[in-house]
Amino acid sequence: MAIGLTWTIDDADTMTQGEIYGEVLTRLGDENPNIVALTADLAGSTKIGKFQTKHADRFFNFGIMETNMVGFASGMAESGLIPVVSTFAAFAALRCAEHVRTDVCYNRRNVKIIATHSGTSFGPAGPTHHCIEDLAVMRAMVGMTVIAPADAYETAKATAAAIEHDGPVYIRIGRSFEPPLWKDLDFDWEIGKAITINEGTDITVIACGPAVLHAKEAAERAKQNGLSVRVLDMHTIKPLDNEAVMKALIDTRRIITAEDHSVMGGLGTAVADVIAQSGKGCVLKKLGLQDVFAAAGYPEDLQHQHKIDADGIEEAIAEVMKMDFEADEDWEDEI
Amino acid sequence: MALAAEELKMLQDKAYQIRRRIVQVTERSGGGHLGGSLSQTDILVALYYKYMNINKDDPRWPERDRFVLSKGHGGLGHGVILGDLGYVADEDLDKFGKTGSIFGMHLDRHKVPGVDASTGSLAHGFGIGLGFALGARLKGLPWHTYIVLSDGELHEGTIWEAAMAGAQFNLTNQTTFIDRNRLMIDGFTEDIMKLEPLQDKWAAFGWNVMRIDGHDFNQICQATEDAKKVTDKPTVIICDTVKGKGVEFMEDERKWHYGGLDDAMAKDALASLDEGKKKRDAAEKKAS
Repeated sequence: MAIGLTWTIDDADTMTQGEIYGEVLTRLGDENPNIVALTADLAGSTKIGKFQTKHADRFFNFGIMETNMVGFASGMAESGLIPVVSTFAAFAALRCAEHVRTDVCYNRRNVKIIATHSGTSFGPAGPTHHCIEDLAVMRAMVGMTVIAPADAYETAKATAAAIEHDGPVYIRIGRSFEPPLWKDLDFDWEIGKAITINEGTDITVIACGPAVLHAKEAAERAKQNGLSVRVLDMHTIKPLDNEAVMKALIDTRRIITAEDHSVMGGLGTAVADVIAQSGKGCVLKKLGLQDVFAAAGYPEDLQHQHKIDADGIEEAIAEVMKMDFEADEDWEDEI
Repeated sequence: MALAAEELKMLQDKAYQIRRRIVQVTERSGGGHLGGSLSQTDILVALYYKYMNINKDDPRWPERDRFVLSKGHGGLGHGVILGDLGYVADEDLDKFGKTGSIFGMHLDRHKVPGVDASTGSLAHGFGIGLGFALGARLKGLPWHTYIVLSDGELHEGTIWEAAMAGAQFNLTNQTTFIDRNRLMIDGFTEDIMKLEPLQDKWAAFGWNVMRIDGHDFNQICQATEDAKKVTDKPTVIICDTVKGKGVEFMEDERKWHYGGLDDAMAKDALASLDEGKKKRDAAEKKAS
């Protein structure tokens, strides 16, 4: 059981990612009077409105003014409150970027940001409402913890852990229609600690968010072809579980990253940083949005188009298995 | 309201000392935001030496009133006051903005004792300060929050977002001052991007608005006290000021937004401040 979760959610299997965090936050609010919830006209959409039904005096709707909401959150933390800010990822990470940098990170304020509708999860709304840049932006924020839970259950644990954690935390979730990875809350989850979903020795898929479930399915399919695929649920992008990456590198020498995000600056880049600085050879393939905006469309279609669903990951596994990392001593033939 | 002669003189003398020190620190450190530091001085002196509930021995005393200088470039003038209060050492102030100093041009709350919010990016301090007030009210904490804005930063949309929210949440446990010195880096606000009529704008956003001479301690103190009597709207006090106030050759000159001073210029600046004090003292003597 995660820190702070001293109860179970009875009907979690019928609740979406958003509903779960709304419920969890409300229950945490029962226990901790310092939690305050802030949103910008998205109480219903982000599900933080659930908190309002129980703790109306600690709920603040700012209308459509996301940047100012972040400033207020920074100020409210001065009195020992723990402000939890929730809006769409596109606004939390991009519109509010400087306020998060200056008001929250530079001022070192204990503010939690729960960004919904991340990646391409709000598919039909189009690129203005997608957010494929937030992991890159938030990773660069000094002192920010960055989490992309795989499903509703992980979101519950991440929310509780974020409240326990002293310092700014960014949690990115989807639009809430994502199928669950887990069946219940009976698993260990810790900030900065990857979860091995599937053991494997031939290749490792490191994924976050909805891509974890897809990676699990791709690994099951690959098993039919005699391949042993390790799947790591890298729910915390920062601080990254470097040890798990290094172990994957040494054990399998082939790594695929998969994220509902641009391949620039997110999970793939974080993993590449570790590999590149290790001095060890490895084949790496980064799945995600390849410097393009996704079109408007259903998230499952977009994930298929951009090869971050089970089909795409399966294809990448086959491709990477054909590649060899360089074993040359001098690489003279490459020059 | 008229302050007692003794108190008025105390505040005026303090402002004179602070302005002198602003000039000295600028000379010693190599440069500073002189214009805005000099224009805001009387507002900050009234707050720090008459109204703010602070503890001289403990800059982080939990019950202290909070102060947010949203116009973070006024950090030079703010830092000088924190030095005068004994929160920072003179030698630290003299290294203002230098490598290894606790002072950057914009003050860092984690480095400079007595600073409640790290500001510098304009308009951010307003939301932060109003957040202080909202948090304090929610927690039932006694402190009052004082916020000082520049006029130039009123161009930012963030200010008006915060103004709307301040009225919506009726944050009367704060008082906001605007250092209306009319100048920004490139020129006069009214030439670059008009701000007036400022009273009407703030009133339309649901604020109780006062407009005063920001260099007249009687008016600053009257307004500060009147603001606390208003409980149905948050208060903003627009303080008409002069950029570079007190140093004749800097007054109303946009080039003194930021600058350095060599020996001779510093001497002239101090002489100008001394002259102002001499005139004031003579007028007081005559009046009494």
